[in-house]
Amino acid sequence: MFFALIESSRSALMSIFAHRLRSFLTTLGIIIGVASVIAVISVTQGMSAFIGETFASLGTNSLTIQSYTPFEDQMKGIRARLTPDDLELIERRADGIASITPILYANRSSQIKYGSQTAFSQIMGTTYAYQDVAQSYTQAGRFLAQSDNLTRRRIAVIGEDVRENLSLPENPINEYVEIGGEWFKIVGLLDSMGDIMGMSRDDIVLVPYATMVSLQGNQARTDIQIQLSLSESAELEDVTTQLSTLLRNAHNLGSDEDDDFRIQTAEQLMEEFNQIIGMVTVVIGGIVGISLLVGGIGIMNIMLVSVTERTREIGICKAIGAKRHHILMQFLIEALLLSLLGGLIGLATGFGLGTLIANTIPGFPPASIPFWAIALALGFSGFVGVLFGILPAAKAANLDPIDALRYE
Amino acid sequence: MALIQLQGITKYYEMGSQVVKALDGIDIEVLKNDYLAFIGSSGSGKSTMLNILGCLDKPTDGQYHLNGTNVENLDQNELSEIRNKEIGFIFQSFNLLPRANALGNVMQPLIYRNIGLKQRKQVAMEALERVGLGDRTDHLPNQLSGGQRQRVAIARALVTHPSILLADEPTGNLDSRTTIEIMQLFDELHAEGHTLIVVTHEDEIAQHCQRIVEMKDGKIFNDQVVEKGTAELTS
Ligand SMILES: Nc1ncnc2c1ncn2[C@@H]1O[C@H](COP(=O)(O)OP(=O)(O)O)[C@@H](O)[C@H]1O
Ligand SMILES: [Mg+2]
Repeated sequence: MFFALIESSRSALMSIFAHRLRSFLTTLGIIIGVASVIAVISVTQGMSAFIGETFASLGTNSLTIQSYTPFEDQMKGIRARLTPDDLELIERRADGIASITPILYANRSSQIKYGSQTAFSQIMGTTYAYQDVAQSYTQAGRFLAQSDNLTRRRIAVIGEDVRENLSLPENPINEYVEIGGEWFKIVGLLDSMGDIMGMSRDDIVLVPYATMVSLQGNQARTDIQIQLSLSESAELEDVTTQLSTLLRNAHNLGSDEDDDFRIQTAEQLMEEFNQIIGMVTVVIGGIVGISLLVGGIGIMNIMLVSVTERTREIGICKAIGAKRHHILMQFLIEALLLSLLGGLIGLATGFGLGTLIANTIPGFPPASIPFWAIALALGFSGFVGVLFGILPAAKAANLDPIDALRYE
Repeated sequence: MALIQLQGITKYYEMGSQVVKALDGIDIEVLKNDYLAFIGSSGSGKSTMLNILGCLDKPTDGQYHLNGTNVENLDQNELSEIRNKEIGFIFQSFNLLPRANALGNVMQPLIYRNIGLKQRKQVAMEALERVGLGDRTDHLPNQLSGGQRQRVAIARALVTHPSILLADEPTGNLDSRTTIEIMQLFDELHAEGHTLIVVTHEDEIAQHCQRIVEMKDGKIFNDQVVEKGTAELTS
């Protein structure tokens, strides 16, 4: 049996290489299928490994609360809001909170100017507590102080990217920038935080919360975010339920109404991300399944042609002593090797493609293929080869020797 | 005991409403080291006869004993094994594998005997040298002349040391000079103790043999032993 296997592989390889171009075209379906799945897997794997690391560094003990409006309500013009009152309520009533800070995003223009330079950045109003909650510290100057908020000072703490984008000097402290038509003095430069998913975390401008509120004018529509970090002894679960109850009461939500806010943890964000990646993988899996099916049919088709072409050869082999299993094995192995070769080429192409994608998008994590993906790709293409090789191989093996010899 | 024993062998083909009797009641015995020619006009049943002797085809009726084995009840795989062990085929159109070189073609039957590559090469080389093609082993069939191709086919038939060599019009596609060479090779093989059965419609070929069986309409018409050396091949 083993002997027959080696001999069949030998002659199968010979006939594959005898028809190089045809073999390549035959396996194109398999190549494309495997290449696309490997490209996607290598990219998403690199991504999720990276996301895991990033979120771990964000800390699991911080929470973000923001308002949430269902799509139907948005269409009706209703907007859920999180207000400074909510913040005050939580500050007064909730337990287990180490630091808490409001965040108010600039709602009109997020344009910032320095001299003749203009840049767009994420401008947010927040308090000194942001430092603890977001683990964000200054490398030069100082952070926002409590007094800045009370006196609504026009000062800003900026990220490294903002400094670069505006061509500010190496030490930007005491320089003035223009935000929303007002002048702000830079008092601090943040430590570089790197980026997540190609999005920089250094492209931010922090101003005192009260200053931002006064800039925005229309107080009735203020919708803030609340970020908080938990004290060491507090359980995430407990705090989340407590916050939820407090906010539901404050917003007068009946028991049949949904929350009009979302409490998010870093972990949840990660899970959501992984869910998206999982969905992408499933969809791609479906596409790949179809293309492997098409590839398999291609192989079956060419194998049937090949059997017909080689009818006389099969007759000769039978005349000089080939048994059914010799012929069956030869064609089956040819189909198997064809699709495995396709799988291998697909693997290499897919990884190349993944690397290319990862390298073209700046800040994107490097592509990586896990071992299971290689095993899956090769296993699947081998399976397709055998599945679609059986019919032609059986047809060849069952040929009557005398009929096959007479075949013109 | 006879190497080959046929009793009441018939082979009928149904062509629409009429039946073609390719073989119509054949009784014959072939002994070891016989050198036998089937002659007869085209359509007289010679090839059908040879295919049945070679276990490529099955008779409609009758009994065939090869080396004492009744081949009637054997299935396709067992027949393959018999062909591999007992029979060496030589065809008019050579029937070489087009994508394998001379050595590869001669090695092919040994694959079905599970003989390893090294020994296959050695045995096949010997067979090729026996037919005088020791220097053409890596030529593909289409790089060889007709006579050389037929020599490769003869080497392939010899390499398994079969009980019988069966040749269907072996010189039908060859010129007269090559024909003489091939027939001389057959004479030598006979002298070495091989059993040869040759189908031909040329008297000159038949004259090389020691026994001439004439066929007509699927029946044996005449079966005679000739003195060796009485006939000379004219070229
Ligand atoms: N596969 C077949 N189907 C129908 N008739 C056949 C077949 N093979 C041979 N015959 C018929 O059997 C007869 C003997 O053929 P064959 O043995 O090839 O003759 P020969 O080799 O002596 O020329 C012929 O009449 C031929 O037409
Ligand atoms: Mg004939």
